[in-house]
Amino acid sequence: MVGIVDYGTGNLKSVQNALGRIGAENIVSSDFDTLQKCSHIILPGVGSAGWAMENLVATGLAGQIEKFTQPVMGICLGMQLMCSYSEEEQTKCLGIFPNIVRKMGTPANEASGIRLKIPHVGWNNIRPLGIDLFKGIGELPFVYFVHSYSADVNDRTIAVCSYGDDFSAAIGYRNFIGCQFHPEKSGYVGEQILKNFLEM
Amino acid sequence: MLAKRIIPCLDIKEGKTVKGVNFENLKSVGDPVEMALNYCRDGADELVFLDISATVEGRKTFTSLVEKIAANINIPFTVGGGISTVEDAERLLKAGADKISVNSAAVKDPSFIDRLKEKFGSQFIVAAIDAKQINGKWMVTTHAGRVVTERELFEWAVEVEKRGAGEILFTSMDHDGTKNGYACEVYKRLNSLLGIPIIASGGAGNGEHIKEVLGSAGCADAALAASIFHYGEVSIPALKEELHKSGIPVRRIKNKE
Repeated sequence: MVGIVDYGTGNLKSVQNALGRIGAENIVSSDFDTLQKCSHIILPGVGSAGWAMENLVATGLAGQIEKFTQPVMGICLGMQLMCSYSEEEQTKCLGIFPNIVRKMGTPANEASGIRLKIPHVGWNNIRPLGIDLFKGIGELPFVYFVHSYSADVNDRTIAVCSYGDDFSAAIGYRNFIGCQFHPEKSGYVGEQILKNFLEM
Repeated sequence: MLAKRIIPCLDIKEGKTVKGVNFENLKSVGDPVEMALNYCRDGADELVFLDISATVEGRKTFTSLVEKIAANINIPFTVGGGISTVEDAERLLKAGADKISVNSAAVKDPSFIDRLKEKFGSQFIVAAIDAKQINGKWMVTTHAGRVVTERELFEWAVEVEKRGAGEILFTSMDHDGTKNGYACEVYKRLNSLLGIPIIASGGAGNGEHIKEVLGSAGCADAALAASIFHYGEVSIPALKEELHKSGIPVRRIKNKE
């Protein structure tokens, strides 16, 4: 049973639909005890960091997420909330990953004549750094992104994407995984990643 | 490298995919969910569903269709057609749409885009703009090109970006349905003015036209087309192979399914 964390950010349905397509039973909940009983947990997220963190604090789950011992996957904003800090609305996040989340399209890019369209929307390829989450999807698979902020690359990075600068397409630490892209919208590659996650 | 996107567009009336010329002589070309699944398998990067039914009953059918599409397809999709309130948008979001496209309602009341942005964020909003050339100026139109507004295309495009649209889908009414190619020079100018992605629509007759608009002639981020895909005149895998060969970054899927 996969537990999908509900903290009022809406649009949980696409994650539910994707799990349904690969035959994974799931439950949507904001209750720690209910989630604790699940084999895997997904922290989705659409919206802005400050607002989402407030919601997460309001459900009482903010301090609890790091206590989960089963595999936990944060998606998009869900991943950013698992980082230490986001420049978006100067938000202190959960700190499970030490990464900092910054606005994309830096002045350095502009200065060197690279004009980046922000948000970064569409299919971009990622460079997985050899872990099981990415098995069976080829070397430079394309996945679907929609975001304006991204986490920097450090030793917790498990897949790199490049858009102007390199950023963390995925981060992993112990039982925690974060994906900046949307596996639930990334075609068959995304489905394979979700299946790999469920095998962890 | 960020790929250029290929987007089949499905016009939906009373729950069926239809195709006609200038919204007349509509004929059914297939079941939307089945077509959507085929496009996913072929490597379409995104899908657009436009509801062109004019009745309340038709709109309800469309919402339940959106739910079915969301449950079945594994790529992002945009829905549009007659969205004029925040409630319309919310209903479609809840049904599972990833983005909505708004057109006439925003032309009538530009603050509609601000309200959508406030509630759902820019990533959810595609501003669709139709325009045609009148005395050398590109003027925004509504009602499938029949009503010409006071708005000038480029000013309007800059305004919708400022108000919070996440992408722009521009259709040249002078090119739509002609199959003679996209309005490349217009996309190129939009690209130099805007910091958000641009989806080209209207005029695709073959793969060469798509290559032009995504390449240096048009600089568009995505190309949308309908009939050339529905009638099998252009196959998406072959098109992508062709684009790849000419140096345009595309997502090619390996057919293992």
